Amino acid sequence: MKINSWGVRGSIPTSGADTKHYGGRTSSTLVSEDGELLVLDAGSGIQEFNSINAATYKRVDILLTHLHMDHIQGLGFFSPFFVPDLEVHIWGPLSSRNSLHSRISRYLSPPLFPVTIRELPCNLILHEIGNSQFEIGHFKIQSAFVIHPGPTVGYRITGNKSVFTYIPDHEPELGRNGIIKDPKWISGYDLAAGADLLYHDGQYTTEEYNKKRGWGHTSMVDTLLYASLAKVKHLLIAHHDPQHTDTQLNEMFIELKKEHDYPFKYEMAVEGMEINLP
Amino acid sequence: MPAYEIEIILNRQLADCLSIPVFITDTKGNLIFYNEPAEILLGKKYSETGEMKVEQWSTIYSQMDKDGNQIPPDELPLVRTIRDCTPNHKTFWIKSLQGNIEKISLTAYPIISRENKFLGAVAIFWKAKEDEN
Ligand SMILES: [Zn+2]
Ligand SMILES: [Zn+2]
Repeated sequence: MKINSWGVRGSIPTSGADTKHYGGRTSSTLVSEDGELLVLDAGSGIQEFNSINAATYKRVDILLTHLHMDHIQGLGFFSPFFVPDLEVHIWGPLSSRNSLHSRISRYLSPPLFPVTIRELPCNLILHEIGNSQFEIGHFKIQSAFVIHPGPTVGYRITGNKSVFTYIPDHEPELGRNGIIKDPKWISGYDLAAGADLLYHDGQYTTEEYNKKRGWGHTSMVDTLLYASLAKVKHLLIAHHDPQHTDTQLNEMFIELKKEHDYPFKYEMAVEGMEINLP
Repeated sequence: MPAYEIEIILNRQLADCLSIPVFITDTKGNLIFYNEPAEILLGKKYSETGEMKVEQWSTIYSQMDKDGNQIPPDELPLVRTIRDCTPNHKTFWIKSLQGNIEKISLTAYPIISRENKFLGAVAIFWKAKEDEN
């Protein structure tokens, strides 16, 4: 199973000399194995898909964690939408009030975007999911609601031999004393437990988190704690704050390494990185 | 045992911040969490008891009406909330195992998820005012 990080920035695309290394594109990750693909989130990183010839695939699947702008803003520029009759599936969290179609249409319609969903030439199929299990090709997928403002899910993707968990926006420590260190009481625990690779929110330093409780994101230190409680094998810290430059992220990571020794591998997610799981 | 849904987890995190006694049960009435103010009412500590089966915690108190008659379980707000998935409220008297009698009001509400699934119930205890029924 191959994982390509196309966008690891949080909140807003942030391109510039200061963010060249970690990258400025927002959340989007490609998972591929045995000629089958899954695109996770449609942030501005999804533009990378345009180098893939979609017409050679029978179907393309996008799994949205939620509908915040930084996770859907690339949708309008997703080339498979414009391939006539290509089967394109969008999976996204259900809401107790509005359909996925109407929520996506808020963005894919004037004045925010010139083309409406109805006008897309592909064969678009929407799926509303919550605490669900489903299969796409040979991939077995589990989704579950996680703590983040508005309906938001994380995904656990099981391929031939490996498990990849993707929770880019998550605040598992929301509460008086942070994460409750009992697996039953940890948001998204079943998704992350024992994963070969966990891609997880780690937007803030501890100091920043204390000023932004309830905003839906995690501190790097709590992300490490979360990964260790879930006993993952490898952690990618992602959803980098748009205010954090490459230099700052490097310094933060050095500090983290100095103070937190865990028995699993962890690193900062970098735009363009590719990880091969067995 | 799989993790609880976030609706339950967030209710616990909220209860943990409140000064009023809060009890959280699963769909069968088993007590899965109670906060510090509730520990005083129960005379037990969550860190020591952990979760408690419905049979185990429902006998810690007896519930009575104003004339001292035992209230049938079916008329208790939390029992109704779990049975009907509706919010319920009632004022009554409780008698602890130590024999202390207190007039309390109890509000219970169901936790119904985004997926429209009944996940459990929350009961909030209030010390009732003397003139409250
Ligand atoms: Zn985001
Ligand atoms: Zn978000």
